[in-house]
Amino acid sequence: MSGADIIFYMLAGLILGCGLLAVTTRHIFRAAIFLLFSLIGVAGMYFWMQYEFIAAVQIIVYVGGITVLIIFSIFLTQQTGEKLPEQKIGRQLFAGLAAFCGFALIMLQVARHHFVGTKNASTEPSIENIGNQMLGVEKGGYALPFEVVSILLLAALIGCIVIAVHNKIQKS
Amino acid sequence: MQPGLYHILFISTALFFIGVYGFFTRRNLITMLMSIELILNSVNLNFIAFNKYLWAHKLDGMFFTIFIIAIAAAEAAVAIAIIINLSRNFQSIDVEGTDEMKY
Repeated sequence: MSGADIIFYMLAGLILGCGLLAVTTRHIFRAAIFLLFSLIGVAGMYFWMQYEFIAAVQIIVYVGGITVLIIFSIFLTQQTGEKLPEQKIGRQLFAGLAAFCGFALIMLQVARHHFVGTKNASTEPSIENIGNQMLGVEKGGYALPFEVVSILLLAALIGCIVIAVHNKIQKS
Repeated sequence: MQPGLYHILFISTALFFIGVYGFFTRRNLITMLMSIELILNSVNLNFIAFNKYLWAHKLDGMFFTIFIIAIAAAEAAVAIAIIINLSRNFQSIDVEGTDEMKY
C-alpha cells in the first residue's frame, strides 16, 4: 500500500464520517462544522485526482463561501446551543432504509457494469487549457454557458436583494 | 488495492445517499440545505472521476463541475435569503410550521 492509497482512504473516511455526522448530529452549529470538514475532504479528493483548479474552486466557493453563509444564517435564525428536536424513530428508520436500498441498488449496478476508458492521449487540466476552452466559441467551447451562468448569478443577486428589501417596506 | 474509479464511485454514491437520508429526516430548512450541498458535492465528485478515468482527453466533466458549483452558490444564496425572510415572518424555520400557502 503506497502513500497515495493511504491518503485516499483517509480522505474517504473524512468525507463519509463528517458527512454522516453532519446529517445526524442534533446541534445545528456542529452540523455546519462537520459539513465544512466534509467539503474540505472533497477538495482533498480533487487534489488527489490532480485537478488542482477544481480543488481551489471548491475551497474558495464551498468552504469559504457557502459554509460561512450557512453559519451566518444559523446565527441569524437560531438560538445556538439549543438542540434540534428529537426525530421520530419511524421516520429515521424508513429514511435510513430508503437510503440504504438506493445505495445498494446503485452499487450493484456499478459493480456489474464494465467501464471502458478512452485510449486517446489525456489533456492536461491546466489553467491554460481550461481558459481556452471556457471562453472558446468554436465547437466544444463553453462561451455561451459561461454567459448564461453570469446572467443567472446576476438574477440571483437581484433576487436576494428584492427578497430582503420587500420585508423592510412591509414592516415600516 | 489500488484506488480507482470504482472506489470514487462508492464514495460519491455513499455521500449522495447520506445527503438523501439527511433530506428525509431533517425538519429544519438550514439542515436540509446542508443535505442538498452534500448531494451536489457527490455529483461533482462523480463528474470529475468520470472525466479523469474514462474521458481524460477531454475536459467536459470539469466544466460541468464548474457550472454546478456556480449554480449551487446562487442556489444557496437565494435559499438563505428566503430562510431569513421566513424566520422573520414566522419566527421558525421548521418546514412543518410554515404552511401559510398550503390551504
